[in-house]
Amino acid sequence: MTGAEVLLQVLADLGVEVIFGYPGGAVLPIYDAIFQQGKIRHILTRHEQAAVHAAEAYARSTGKIGVALVTSGPGATNTVTGLVDALMDSIPIVCISGQVFSNLIGNDAFQEADTVGITRAATKFNYLVKEKEKLADKIREAFYIAGSGRPGPVLVDIPKDLQLAQIPYSKKETKIHPSYKPVTEPSHQAIKDAVKAMKKAKRPIFYTGGGIINSGPHASEGLRELVKISGFPCTSTLMGLGAYPASDKQFLGMLGMHGTYEANLATHGCDVLIALGARFDDRVTGSVKDFSPNALKIHADIDPSQINKIILVDIPIIGDVARTIELMIEEWDKQPISVDQDALKEWWDQIEQWRGVDCLKYQQDMQAGEVIKPQHAIRRLSELVRAKGKEAYISTEVGQHQMWTAQYFPFESPNHFMTSGGLGTMGYGLPAAVGIQIAHPDALVIDIAGEASTMMNIQELATIKQYRLPLKVFILNNRYMGMVRQWQELIHGGRYSESYSESLPDFVKLAESFGIKGMRARTIDELDIMVNAMLDEPGPVVMEIQVEREENCFPMIPAGAPHNQILLGPVKEKTKIAS
Amino acid sequence: MDYIDKKILQNSAQQEKDEFIKAVFSLIVENESGVLSRVIGLFAGRGYNIESLTVAPVDDCGRKSRINILTSGTPMVINQIKEQLNKQIPVYQVVNLCQQGPYVARELALIKVVSKGSERAEALNLADAFRAQVVDASVDSLVFELTGKTEKIDAFVDLLRPLGLVELSRTGIAAIGRGCQTI
Repeated sequence: MTGAEVLLQVLADLGVEVIFGYPGGAVLPIYDAIFQQGKIRHILTRHEQAAVHAAEAYARSTGKIGVALVTSGPGATNTVTGLVDALMDSIPIVCISGQVFSNLIGNDAFQEADTVGITRAATKFNYLVKEKEKLADKIREAFYIAGSGRPGPVLVDIPKDLQLAQIPYSKKETKIHPSYKPVTEPSHQAIKDAVKAMKKAKRPIFYTGGGIINSGPHASEGLRELVKISGFPCTSTLMGLGAYPASDKQFLGMLGMHGTYEANLATHGCDVLIALGARFDDRVTGSVKDFSPNALKIHADIDPSQINKIILVDIPIIGDVARTIELMIEEWDKQPISVDQDALKEWWDQIEQWRGVDCLKYQQDMQAGEVIKPQHAIRRLSELVRAKGKEAYISTEVGQHQMWTAQYFPFESPNHFMTSGGLGTMGYGLPAAVGIQIAHPDALVIDIAGEASTMMNIQELATIKQYRLPLKVFILNNRYMGMVRQWQELIHGGRYSESYSESLPDFVKLAESFGIKGMRARTIDELDIMVNAMLDEPGPVVMEIQVEREENCFPMIPAGAPHNQILLGPVKEKTKIAS
Repeated sequence: MDYIDKKILQNSAQQEKDEFIKAVFSLIVENESGVLSRVIGLFAGRGYNIESLTVAPVDDCGRKSRINILTSGTPMVINQIKEQLNKQIPVYQVVNLCQQGPYVARELALIKVVSKGSERAEALNLADAFRAQVVDASVDSLVFELTGKTEKIDAFVDLLRPLGLVELSRTGIAAIGRGCQTI
């Protein structure tokens, strides 16, 4: 077999069904092998960055490992943003890049780049395969590393001569790097200590993150049980949304910079904080020294480097979070202490009082001809999706619409919300929707987008058309880079430097030029009609919702401020809350 | 908080300190291309400081290398460095020798002095006192080899500066724990 054929055989043996990629000189032998086989489907994106985002979203929505295939030089460098995005959000993907012939490496050959050098800090691990005998082993190892421990992106760079070389192939077990041993079983003593502290708590809160989703459906199920048996409130990071059902009374909504009032004040005022699969990101903590100042902190994470990285914790638990939760549930009944129900009730009364502030309220004028509020557009989208008895897979771009989605689109199950959390990559949502729809051909997939972000990978409309992907692109058009404009308004004296979306395309005509249905809602009376029309359309739709141009995203904790300095509304009203 | 068992509170004793502490990390790594770059890149990318660095293969078949890194930072940063190093796939082991117990650290220096007459004689006298070897000599120049603690080399170098020191090459420290304990 040729190296290219070996590669595809190994991928098939590993259970890979789909590859997202873009051909080029240094991967032509692999593309030739793809052409001559029928096991693995190749999806042609229109940009290598999009291939990686599609692979990421494929991974996030299925729990499998996503695969991208790109050529050398510009093909590989174009993947860097996607790789870092996957690294920041712990998404398991394997990126295979072609490299120039081995004897040309280092000669500044055509389309040569030092791919492993460039992507070293962008991946969990990467390598250049130098010996043809090791090709199959390296691919198997890449999959193991990507998917185990704290998941992440792995890149394998394969010179063209290895793809052409004759290599004997036999199906083998994965050989693991002897120095790589992620810990998955948590310390039982730490679990005991944690449960003891939890049962003694008077004002506890669960703070859950993307780790729960990464750990698989078992972790989400366990979390639901643990939250139920404890009776504690639960908040989630952006990455963790869906792990705990948003509609449940014990869920306080997202915490952090644009989190809810109740989630942030409860995090600030709790006495025991139980962090599960979350990493104390600065968008969550705000001011580190004022973060949850009086709490005993329990931190469960599979990555030991996350413990005490930002916040000093009292009880670290290193291991798989699904297993941690399982052990916590077992331990809960064993511990003879009973929870102080009076104190817990008092805590819930306090939380209900905060919840009563109704921090997500907005004013939508329902008169015909009135401007659509972006929050209302998202809330109606979620309601109309539910009215049709559907559960949607949602991707987003990055910015205000992303935060509004987190606030106004309730997620009931894990793996249904794909968004660029850590890196905040504009242009993520459209290719992500492609990846989701490929993984779930019959599901309703919606990219909730802003007009500026979606322009960053708009070429993917061609991919959507080619594969007849029935996904919906729901663009909230305020003709601004909304989040940039919001910060300029609040922090930079209203000097809107370069944050307007000048010379926008007509999105309806743009969609039509790709052979995709375009729709538009301009005013509030058109909103429901157009959203329903979009949902009823069997094929892909680009929907432009023209929204209030200068709406800001609240609540907001200014960067570096403590949680109790949350702003509830426009600054001119000075709704600063002291607690 | 009083109702929560203080014994499980690690933090009460572990308030974050801002003062810098020294750390000597010894790493056992896979001897493959890119490992050193990975380690150094981690320091550069995360803003950690490298004061000295040594690396060489240490097992009989050349598959494993030992990297010694002298660094400093707040206790929280030192802990982060250790965990981040540990996280690298080709890293077998990371030990902070300063935390592990007593250790020996030695450095080698080659020092070139160009001088004549009494200065040259004085340099040779000092070399004798410091037990430095003369490894090269010409009519006008001397090259000394000195092995020892960093402080000893610093002292020797300072004394040679007014005596015609023109060039200096130092290895950075190689370090190992005292006693039977191994990493």
